[in-house]
Amino acid sequence: MSRIGVFVCHCGENISATVNCEKVAKITGELKGVEFSTDYKYMCSDPGQTLLKEAIKEHKLDGVVVAACSPRMHEPTFRKACAEAGLNPFLCEMSNIREHCSWVHPKDDLTTEKAQDLVRVMVEKVKKNKALNSIKVPVTKTALVIGGGIAGIQAALDIANCGHKVIMVEKQPSIGGHMSQLSETFPTLDCSQCILTPRMVEVAQHPNITLHTYSEVEVVDGFIGNFKVKIRKKSKSLDEHLCTGCGLCTTKCPQKKIPNEFERGLGFRPAIYVPFPQAVPNKPVIDRENCTYYIKGKCKVCEIVCPTKAIRFDQEDEIVEVAVGAIVLATGFDVLQPDFFPEYGYGKYKDVIDGLQFERLASASGPTQGQIRRPSDGKEPKKIVFVACAGSRDPAKGIEYCSKICCMYTAKHAMLYKHKVHDGTPYVFYMDIRAGGKMYEEFVRRTIVEDGTHYVRGRVSTIYEKNGKLIVRGADTLMGGIPIEIEADMVVLATAGVANKGAEELAQTVHVSYDSYKFFAEAHPKLKPVETNTAGIFLAGACQAPKDIPESVAAASGAAVKVAALFSNDELTRDPLVALVNRQPAPVFSTCVGCFLCQSVCPYQAIEREEIKNRNGEVIKTLARVNEGLCQGCGTCVALCRTKAIDIHGYSNQQVYTEIMALLND
Amino acid sequence: MKVGFYPGCSMKGGAREYQESVSALAKVFDIELVEIPDWNCCGATAAHNLNKELSLSLPARIMALAEREGISDIVVPCAACYNRLSIVKHELEADKSLSTRVASIIDLKYEGTTQILNIIQFIDKYITDRLEEKVVKPFDYKAACYYGCLLVRPHSILKFDRVEDPQSMDVLVKKAGGDAIDWAYKTECCGAGMSVSRTDTVARLSGNIMKDAVDRAAEVVVVACPMCHSNLDMRRPEINKFLNEKIDIPILYISQVLGLAVGLDAKTLGLNRHMTEVNLPVKPVREIPVAKEPKKVVNTQKLEA
Repeated sequence: MSRIGVFVCHCGENISATVNCEKVAKITGELKGVEFSTDYKYMCSDPGQTLLKEAIKEHKLDGVVVAACSPRMHEPTFRKACAEAGLNPFLCEMSNIREHCSWVHPKDDLTTEKAQDLVRVMVEKVKKNKALNSIKVPVTKTALVIGGGIAGIQAALDIANCGHKVIMVEKQPSIGGHMSQLSETFPTLDCSQCILTPRMVEVAQHPNITLHTYSEVEVVDGFIGNFKVKIRKKSKSLDEHLCTGCGLCTTKCPQKKIPNEFERGLGFRPAIYVPFPQAVPNKPVIDRENCTYYIKGKCKVCEIVCPTKAIRFDQEDEIVEVAVGAIVLATGFDVLQPDFFPEYGYGKYKDVIDGLQFERLASASGPTQGQIRRPSDGKEPKKIVFVACAGSRDPAKGIEYCSKICCMYTAKHAMLYKHKVHDGTPYVFYMDIRAGGKMYEEFVRRTIVEDGTHYVRGRVSTIYEKNGKLIVRGADTLMGGIPIEIEADMVVLATAGVANKGAEELAQTVHVSYDSYKFFAEAHPKLKPVETNTAGIFLAGACQAPKDIPESVAAASGAAVKVAALFSNDELTRDPLVALVNRQPAPVFSTCVGCFLCQSVCPYQAIEREEIKNRNGEVIKTLARVNEGLCQGCGTCVALCRTKAIDIHGYSNQQVYTEIMALLND
Repeated sequence: MKVGFYPGCSMKGGAREYQESVSALAKVFDIELVEIPDWNCCGATAAHNLNKELSLSLPARIMALAEREGISDIVVPCAACYNRLSIVKHELEADKSLSTRVASIIDLKYEGTTQILNIIQFIDKYITDRLEEKVVKPFDYKAACYYGCLLVRPHSILKFDRVEDPQSMDVLVKKAGGDAIDWAYKTECCGAGMSVSRTDTVARLSGNIMKDAVDRAAEVVVVACPMCHSNLDMRRPEINKFLNEKIDIPILYISQVLGLAVGLDAKTLGLNRHMTEVNLPVKPVREIPVAKEPKKVVNTQKLEA
């Protein structure tokens, strides 16, 4: 015979205004197995919880039903109170008579009756509840940071400075990301490289950080605290221990005309190259697709000139396996591909460039040593047009969101241009100026007022070349939408920020969700901005949505704190409401027949294969087994199991049937 | 091969040479064009400004008649007719009750099963594959392909070519041995129906188009719309007056260009019917180019791999 306690909460007037709480307590108190029932104005308050605890002790209760708000709101509160009174917390259930009853129905006897039904159902369920213990999982206190841009660097340094090990994986030969390509940064105009490179060096020299450049994550298995990751270290064709980074090979390489990715095609690099002078690690890699030796089978000039004999043409990719407890995704963003803008002639006219290319032109280490020269003939452009929202906020182009950073960097570009070309005239075509941020609006004002940039509110319809000039045709909507044409020497498009090309595959490898634009999805847009829906995997920077540097850094530090908090425990505790495949005595072992339908539908890869062996070590049956660390208790496997071999703790088939029967047998 | 043919008013009047050249070209490629019996006006610009149901019913009747004849594809050479038919097909597809209402107005069964093809889609579906083997006289001229407004817009409904910088006609001209130049006025407005009421506006708009083509050394402008043709061709005196220069390059339909390339004579293609005399310079006969592998261009804009 059960000894269940029922506690009906008034929730101030939230419940009691439409539900007769005293009556609910009185009627349900008469149910079979209910030992004690009462009602109270605020059950969640301190006196309310004390009332609960006292009752458990006094009446030796072995089950509790709190009829109040949603379990999402206060289930942890009451379970904790039960535990404090010596009752297993999983013997406490909540009956939601607020959201499911009092808030959605008028004051009426029927409303009170419904509340009674809800409580009665839960009383029957609690009778079937079992005492459960929380699951403990060990934690590997090493973090994996994927991506070595500013977000990845910040996250790695913050975690490493908390005393934890960090493994950083970067796809490119050097860390630094897009920030290393930028000239100066808004709103303070400090040089991007000057503030970034010390951080890059710090990463390389930090005793807690292991850096894998020119590497990619191939496989991620496991679960929070216990991930197993395979990293492919692409062959650099180089013995990194022998290489001193003298750079002789890069100057002697006969293959010199390869478009330089770092300069966004505005310069050239050899086949053996260091992406940029401040690269970390500052050692070259051989680009096998363009290397004469790999194409024609002979050359080897780099091997001949190398003073330390570090070149290894036969070096193969290496697979490194690591165990980590948490993963930070910081893979950054990309800018839109040129074929998106046939009307702007991007990719067709050399002097129509994108924002990142302008950054390279304005950078002191860029192809023009920081002088603004147009790519077609190297002349200084006297009239330049910046087009904001090139692709962004344009449903016709498939990108409805605002890329967020363009307003600010366009203002910066116009300002930098004016600082370098005093007699030049910059125009900016814009839709709105979105300059929300510390010192941002003031910065844009400076561009307009002090530097005399012509801001034209309107969109550009087309750009075409005529007599060596780029004709930019658009409208000035503040002048009544009159069409205007500007004969420009150069045009800079603030192309939309989009997700990285491999983002979708990476999300699937790492098992995190992503949105329709292939940006990684956060667990909650407001309250869990750096968490993903997969426990133990966090987001930093622009892989989530376009972000500027301060925002990326803030998100990275946020993610780092989440990792540090995770690593502050030796073991992780989680709710035991997971699936379980039943076990029975030999020779049945389990009603599971090993069809593994459950494995194919499990969204969390939590179903494993377990082999039952006889004394001779021969496999006599293969069963499904649930990995408690991975299982999120969604119940999909239960619904699919043909032999009813799987059940969920806390929501067993028996419990659910009992609830239904309680309603029907009224 | 049988393909339905909707001439619309212009093919029977001002743009007779367009129909003549389309028919002649179809004949070369063994395609039988079946004129939809008892066809009516598509409604053009007038109907949809005045009466919504009329603007839907007129094209719906044309398509219903084609369905009755068992025609699956209709080629609509006039860009305005093509636009009206396509949009009505789209609207009736999206709204079944409207479709029923329209069917009761026209008193015919309407299923919406016919495919509406503009001239370029028609050529691409039935001719392009066999075009290059039939070219006997490469159209060796610098051609400015002018698409106008109705052929590619609205993109969300027509889903044809790139709306801001279309390429399909350029590709055809190149296949015919021509040099399709890059220019800026491919889809700019020619003035369209303003031709009679505001000839000065047409002279200005069409003038800008012609000026850019000539500035870029075009020897011919290629069109796929009778309205564009009449503005650029018939309004040439007004255009020349506006520009204060003498532009004498001819305006050819894409069907005429391909017809010339496959060896049809000027009269069959109706070249004599243009207002601006078609006086293309005679060029030395060239070897028919053998299709070569396109030269590999290193894309310098490539992003970091």
